[in-house]
Amino acid sequence: MPTYTLTVNGEQHTLDLPADMPLLWVLRDKLGVKGPKYGCGIGVCHACTSHLNGEEIRPCITPVHEAAGGEVTTIEGLADGDRLHPVQEAWLEEDVAQCGYCQPGQIMAAVALLKRTKHPTDADIDRIENVCRCGSYFRIREAIKRAAATM
Amino acid sequence: MDHLVDGDTSPRGLGRRRFLTMLVAAPTLTVATRLLGPDTAAHAGVRVPAVADALDLGDVLILAGAPTSHMLVLEVRDDGTARMQLPRAEVGQGITTAIGMLVAEELDLPLSAVEVRLDDARTELLMNQLTGGSNTIRSVYEPVRSTAALARARLVAAAAQQWGLPAERLSTRNGSVVAPDGRTAAYGTLSAAASRSGLPDVRATPKPESEHRLVGRPTSRVDARAMVTGKQQYTLDLHIPGAMPTVLKRPPTINGTPRSVDASAALKMPGVIDVAVIPTGVAVVAETFGQAMDGRDALRVTWSEGTVDGMSDEDIRRQLRAAAQPFAVPGGLTKTVDGEFDFAFASHAPMETNSAVADVRDDRAEIWAGLKSPVVAKQTIAETIGLPQDKVTVHVVQGGGSFGRRLFFDAALEAAQISKKVRRPVKLMWTRVDDMRHGRARPATHHKIRATLGLGRVLTYEHRVAAVETDFRHGLGEILTAMASQLPVGGNMSFSQTVFHTTVKVPYDFGVVTELLNEVPLRMHTASWRSVYSANTRGAEEILVDEIAAALGKDPVAFRRESLTTARQRAVLDKVAAVGRWGRTMPKGFAQGVGFHDEYKSCTACLVEIDATDPQHPRVTKAVIAADVGRPINPRGLESQLLGGLTDAISTTLRAGLHIRDGLPLEGSYSQFHYARQKDSPRDVQIFVMPANGEPGGAGELGVPAAVGAVANAYARATGIRPRSFPIHFPVDFDPFPR
Repeated sequence: MPTYTLTVNGEQHTLDLPADMPLLWVLRDKLGVKGPKYGCGIGVCHACTSHLNGEEIRPCITPVHEAAGGEVTTIEGLADGDRLHPVQEAWLEEDVAQCGYCQPGQIMAAVALLKRTKHPTDADIDRIENVCRCGSYFRIREAIKRAAATM
Repeated sequence: MDHLVDGDTSPRGLGRRRFLTMLVAAPTLTVATRLLGPDTAAHAGVRVPAVADALDLGDVLILAGAPTSHMLVLEVRDDGTARMQLPRAEVGQGITTAIGMLVAEELDLPLSAVEVRLDDARTELLMNQLTGGSNTIRSVYEPVRSTAALARARLVAAAAQQWGLPAERLSTRNGSVVAPDGRTAAYGTLSAAASRSGLPDVRATPKPESEHRLVGRPTSRVDARAMVTGKQQYTLDLHIPGAMPTVLKRPPTINGTPRSVDASAALKMPGVIDVAVIPTGVAVVAETFGQAMDGRDALRVTWSEGTVDGMSDEDIRRQLRAAAQPFAVPGGLTKTVDGEFDFAFASHAPMETNSAVADVRDDRAEIWAGLKSPVVAKQTIAETIGLPQDKVTVHVVQGGGSFGRRLFFDAALEAAQISKKVRRPVKLMWTRVDDMRHGRARPATHHKIRATLGLGRVLTYEHRVAAVETDFRHGLGEILTAMASQLPVGGNMSFSQTVFHTTVKVPYDFGVVTELLNEVPLRMHTASWRSVYSANTRGAEEILVDEIAAALGKDPVAFRRESLTTARQRAVLDKVAAVGRWGRTMPKGFAQGVGFHDEYKSCTACLVEIDATDPQHPRVTKAVIAADVGRPINPRGLESQLLGGLTDAISTTLRAGLHIRDGLPLEGSYSQFHYARQKDSPRDVQIFVMPANGEPGGAGELGVPAAVGAVANAYARATGIRPRSFPIHFPVDFDPFPR
């Protein structure tokens, strides 16, 4: 089995893994990083959305070899210690979460969007494909706008 | 009221920390007495009261739980914090926040000093540990407040004893008892004394609601920070030592069973630890879930047939149409408005798939899962794996959504069966495909409705519902059996009839009303889906109400207004009509639609605007919702529930459903089951919670039916097409996954 080194939330890990193992299971089952959630395993629900070298990825369809040598940021790595990221703060202000299961992915998608465009339009927000089965979309939209205004 | 206080009278107790733990054990039957009193049905005006006016399903659940409703455990600890153990499930509906608010209010503690924990399955609670029927707040509002009030009274009594002052002269504020001279004693310093039996007989009643400062105020969720930082733990996030990832290979048709299994290739796959055959499939245990799925794909299994093999939507629809009972009033003789409606199966599809952790040993077992009926889960699991109930511990874990799904404990049962076979702890995850194809669903229904008109009003109204059987075998059957003598529904009504008649009612003065349910007992995996029968039954009704209004030459809002019977009902309708500027001019292809719903002593109206300029891709652009729940505990959480109900309605009315083909749903993931995404949800949503005016009503399911009506009516008005089959746009626009 090949050996891979990857940095997850600032911590370096070296592991022997099959090259095609999806990053989601490396994070959850090998490293115990449980923030990214399984929702579909085929990249359509976006519950596991995380960042690789600052870019939005779906770990359930990202083989570990693609992440090798890179820096992975999951929801756990977004805050600066106890200081939350402005998007997380906005999520609290809007009281977005219901069951909360999709929210790590929603937040990581919103952070990526705000990185691409400082003041996203409604049309930009519409393009976020993350499923929220509790249907909290309107509060997600409001939280993204709030975060954009404060960042 | 008697209560037990846990002290440390035994020598063993000397070493441990001591604090006030209340278990208030006296059942209070005032709830039952009041509910069955003569004035409950009196609110209806000229309209003939329906069964659900007199006694709704929530009342039945409260009655069934009454003997144990005060068996709540509340601790006030020596650090001054309080912990309430709640025998209900949190699945996103925000009850831990709302219950925490009730405790904080009664104890005069900050909300941050209150922890609400989900109780393990407690068989002694009998029928008082079921989360459903929009019933949590209704059923625990009084017991939680009474328990907390008693704890507060004991803390006050302890301070009174220390200070030699009469308890009446002491007050409580911000986690301390306060004396008239300004002395204070923090709860933490009083907790041990308050737990001693030497206190005078302490009695307490909850604060009058007029003194509530926190309850009724919009409050953010207590678990929000854990959720936005990824720290909130769901079942598969728990660290249970030795529990290995496990998935099941499932049959090609619903309820198929494994006939022969060749696991030789699977067992050679990297990371695969073990394989086990259970009645519902073949389990693969591995180092990671990815490897477990690869192992599953390497299994060679032949299957015995399932219970609906060869059956497809057309067959089911034909059976439903044949099952709908005939109308009493013939057509053609008088002026009638008729409508027939079909609703497809709908997956619950909570984001967290069905999952459970199980550690079954020879002499004991421990289970972790999101469970809304954990007592029945525990009993069934104990029986299945051959252990006495008291050797099985069932932990209720906060769930990632439910919408009715977690009433059933199928993953917990499977995990226990697998753990027993492989003799190690396992964490079982249903894949998304498993969840959509073998998970539970809202049953398909067929509706025919006939209203006869005369003198400018509705004279008779008949609704015949035919539905694939909804499975209530999660403990609700036991509750209904136990309560049978008190139910206002006559004869040998089945469970489903009872649920139907205690939940569904026409809120309008429509003359002689009959609503009848007939079920087709197909053996499929069904379950109550948020609002049970009401989403479809009341949704269809709200569509026909618009058509009746049109036949009478009346405006949909004005007609509803004159047909509703209470001021509360009219107030929510007026609110959305005013705020939503009902009747405003809209461009071609756009329209407004309105819907109303009343259940569980709450009522709501919903007004939406739709853009159907492309009738194939309509989008709800705006929604205005008003709800009167009698007494909102946390209006902010309630708004979330109504927002969720709206999104459910948009999804299932326009695009989300399951196709059944040859004994199995075709849909296998969110790319196929089209639950709404951000692009399908309105950019403008305004939700109004009416001020408190009585007792708390149910609210968790309230939002769906009115919104179904509003969306469908807006679509009809925008396109001129009367929607009859739901979801409205329902092509098989994908390549189904292999079976």
